[in-house]
Amino acid sequence: MSRGRRSILWVVLVLISFVFLSGNSYAAETIKVGAILAVTGPASFLGAPEEKTLVMMVADINKNGGIKGHKVELIVKDSGASPEKALSFAKQLIEENKVLAIIGPSTSGETMKIKNVAEEGKTILLSCAAAETIVNPVAKYVFKTPQKDSYAVIRIFEQMKKMKLSKAAVLSSNTGFGKAGKEQIEKLAPEHGIQIVANEVYDKAATDLTAEVTKVKASGAQAIINWSIEPAQSIVIKNARQIGFNGQIFQSHGFGNIKYVEAALPAAEGVIFPAGRLLIVESLPKDHKQKAVLMKYKKEYEAKTRGEESSTFGGHAYDAMLILTKAIEKANSTDKEAVRSAIEGLKGVVGTAGIFNFSPQDHNGLDMSSFEMLTVKNGKFVPLKK
Amino acid sequence: MKEKHLHLLGFSSLIVAIQLLTQFTDSGYHLTQLTMTAYYSLLIIGLCMLTGYAGQISLGHAGFFAIGGYLTAFLTTHDLSLYKGKGIVVILAKTGVLVTRPDLYGGDLLTFNPWASCIVALCITIIIAYIIGGPVLKLKGHYLAMATLGFGIIVYRIVLASELLGAADGISDVPAFRLLSGVEITGSSSSRVMNYYIAWGLVTAGMALLLNLIHSRVGRALASIHGAEDAADAVGIPTAQYKLKTFVLSAAFAALAGVLLTHYNGGIGPSEASVMKSVRYVAIVAVGGMANLWGALVMSLVLNYLSLRGYFGTYDDVVFGGILILIMLFAPGGLLRRHIIGDIRRIFSPGDGEEGIS
Amino acid sequence: MNLDLFFQYIVAGITYGTIYAIVAIGFNIIYNATGIINFAQGEFVMLGGMIAVTLQHLMPLPAAILSAVLITMTIGAFIEMVFIRWLRGPSVLRLIIITIGISILIREGALHIWGTSVRALPYFTGTSVTSINMGGVYVSPQVLWVVGISAIIVAFLTVFFNYTLPGRQMRACSANRDAARLCGINARNMVTLSFMLSAAIGALGGCVVSPITYVQYDSGTPLAIKGFTVAILGGLGNSTAAVAAGMILGILESFSIWVLPAAYKDVISISILLVILFVKPSGIFGSAETAGLKEF
Repeated sequence: MSRGRRSILWVVLVLISFVFLSGNSYAAETIKVGAILAVTGPASFLGAPEEKTLVMMVADINKNGGIKGHKVELIVKDSGASPEKALSFAKQLIEENKVLAIIGPSTSGETMKIKNVAEEGKTILLSCAAAETIVNPVAKYVFKTPQKDSYAVIRIFEQMKKMKLSKAAVLSSNTGFGKAGKEQIEKLAPEHGIQIVANEVYDKAATDLTAEVTKVKASGAQAIINWSIEPAQSIVIKNARQIGFNGQIFQSHGFGNIKYVEAALPAAEGVIFPAGRLLIVESLPKDHKQKAVLMKYKKEYEAKTRGEESSTFGGHAYDAMLILTKAIEKANSTDKEAVRSAIEGLKGVVGTAGIFNFSPQDHNGLDMSSFEMLTVKNGKFVPLKK
Repeated sequence: MKEKHLHLLGFSSLIVAIQLLTQFTDSGYHLTQLTMTAYYSLLIIGLCMLTGYAGQISLGHAGFFAIGGYLTAFLTTHDLSLYKGKGIVVILAKTGVLVTRPDLYGGDLLTFNPWASCIVALCITIIIAYIIGGPVLKLKGHYLAMATLGFGIIVYRIVLASELLGAADGISDVPAFRLLSGVEITGSSSSRVMNYYIAWGLVTAGMALLLNLIHSRVGRALASIHGAEDAADAVGIPTAQYKLKTFVLSAAFAALAGVLLTHYNGGIGPSEASVMKSVRYVAIVAVGGMANLWGALVMSLVLNYLSLRGYFGTYDDVVFGGILILIMLFAPGGLLRRHIIGDIRRIFSPGDGEEGIS
Repeated sequence: MNLDLFFQYIVAGITYGTIYAIVAIGFNIIYNATGIINFAQGEFVMLGGMIAVTLQHLMPLPAAILSAVLITMTIGAFIEMVFIRWLRGPSVLRLIIITIGISILIREGALHIWGTSVRALPYFTGTSVTSINMGGVYVSPQVLWVVGISAIIVAFLTVFFNYTLPGRQMRACSANRDAARLCGINARNMVTLSFMLSAAIGALGGCVVSPITYVQYDSGTPLAIKGFTVAILGGLGNSTAAVAAGMILGILESFSIWVLPAAYKDVISISILLVILFVKPSGIFGSAETAGLKEF
């Protein structure tokens, strides 16, 4: 057989087998939920805990009989933070698996690419990414669970004003997370009376930032605001203290992982950052509305992962699943349109990031109180004393 | 000659057959991944031409893909309304290059129309390929590999760092590419079948072009360059020119693939320029058989399709890395060849002692 | 820019530069012995750091580092024996692709063993904030460790290649393989030895650098690229030049922040690589003849 013809035979055989073998098992009673997460790759800080959280939650739900008697089938796709993969998986989940809702993606870049796909496919999208443009302009089927970056930035600015600091240096990483924070800082600084005297973007894989912090120190900044989720967070603090910068260091909510503190001790002492209350759940008063939910999530997550610290990012996936569950229960149906409207009508849902109050105009549901200002004392996260 | 036409015809029938099959089994969703695969295949057959026939390795081809994709994305989403009165914008508008369309918030966007941006993207890529190709192709072996790798990394770093190009988030909301009235390249599911045929039609046309090239004087010259460059030089073949032209041609294929896929996807991100993508393309060409256009096309179809469906899960990169190693160790000429069994047997037969690396 | 700032940038540059130089030396050793560019060199650095961090919970720091180096050496030998040893007259292209594939497999293997978490060894002396004030310039003691250990590595290698039997055998093989075999030197073992040596150096570098830079499953690849740039800059195969080239690249990158946004730092090093490749591929310190000699 000639070369070309043999090749064609291979193709035919392979493709035919795939077209037929990829049929799905149609268990009519299950609720299908898709998840597109960046489990590996450059955004794995976000996607890995999100994936573990979702798997854990769905197992729990099914153990307790499912939602309204229907078992949940979770289909997780690892996009590796690639928008083209996210797109391909989104179409696959919507058209082939016919899921009720998609949780994720983990990054804003991916979410923006599939926003239209979700709208066109009339499938609910509960994004775990934080960009403002995900819910503004509001799209009928697209929601997001993380708090607004602008709230975090405003809390930092208010703290700066309290400490009578007005000159800030901004350092951010070249990821979507860093970029979003940087944009909010630049946008909101003037109206809060903060002057940005230095503004540097570094590579997320940067291993030494001495040159950057040297430039910052030379600019006369009174405070550093660092916005990233990588180990660079710890590196910035270390390098800054090593070259003798003594001003206040602020971090983003990406700092909420005790490993970064451990890696940077003792330079991390005194760092201030906004975060979800998951990190200081033990010090919440007993009657705090979020305490029960947070304790439960933290205990379960750490038990399931054998000691890995729970993170606020995994919490975004938790909130997404929680909201979906509550909406299905409220709508008492698994029809996409009914569940979607139900989400818009949800009020007072206690999640890990805060208390959600949705409306047709607000597809995020959180406000400024969802952030708590934390600091590091004796190597532990504690709430910042007002 | 005739065999070639037969292959093309056979291939086209296969494409139609697959589409009809999905129609009958009501699994039209496969067409999405198949269409995306088609565009990647366009890049791969161009790369196969360069690596297999002209013998020049390129570890940075994703860079050309990204240049094409990002240029068209930028030109069709960047709002020029601010510059409405300025000279050059007025000229462009008069020549019909610009188009107005509504944006997310209900306002108006003044951008390039996709035809114009496609042409601009291709031209710029060709220019870049000419400029880089000259010095790069003078290098050999490791140095050539590193230079192409370096090129790919620079493109990646630039698109990742540049605010104008969306930095880490990339560019979204790229409009559909209207080829003729009623025929457009878009990701919306109503045009799935049409887009499938557009994509594979282009691939078939590309294959026809390359096959023609291979069986012409140019192709024979390239084969001689690949086989023994000095001898080719001695015979009077302008090797440098041919290598450069092949390089530019493969870059053009890659950029075209980038442009069209970006319009199909409605956006592009920096991950399209990453080193892993370039490695992946080389892996596919290698496994299909370096100098085997059909082999590369088949392998591209299979592997890209599986990868886009998430078949390999978190082991996606492992699969391509593993393929690279296995093929290079056991079947450096690729899998889809007539004498593959004989070759494998020969590798495992007792050798002649102390050969090894020289 | 005042003098203090200027020197602070230089120190930062030397820090980066030494890290790159260690990787480059690893490249050069294997290149000299075999003519192969080992793309997996960065992964040796990563493995050294990761293994040491895991072992450090079980044994004191020096023992953990030593074990990590030995384990990585074994892995290096294993790679050579399984993937490279039995190839017969492979082309350059084939070898490049094989080592790229190996680097991918090691990286993904590390991902599935250690996950995506980021690790670091504790600082050898002092903590993350101690810094020595050398006349207005602040230097972390770990940086001094990095520079010191690099100097020891270079000294060791010079002695090894010039005065010990295995070292001289390796040089003989690089110079003229057939003549070396005629003298009874087992060329294949020399190749394995070169891999083991490169792996050991990379691993040691990874250990000493991890408190400053942290290691993660994918920290190998960017290092390999920078290391390769430095190796070519100095002239492939010339390790003393690699150290100097490392310093130059590190300092250039460091000062680039003053004029370009930090986001473009990597573009600088790659551009330098391309310029060198186009203009003088034998490196700034090299010439075509010395490149052919493949001396240390």
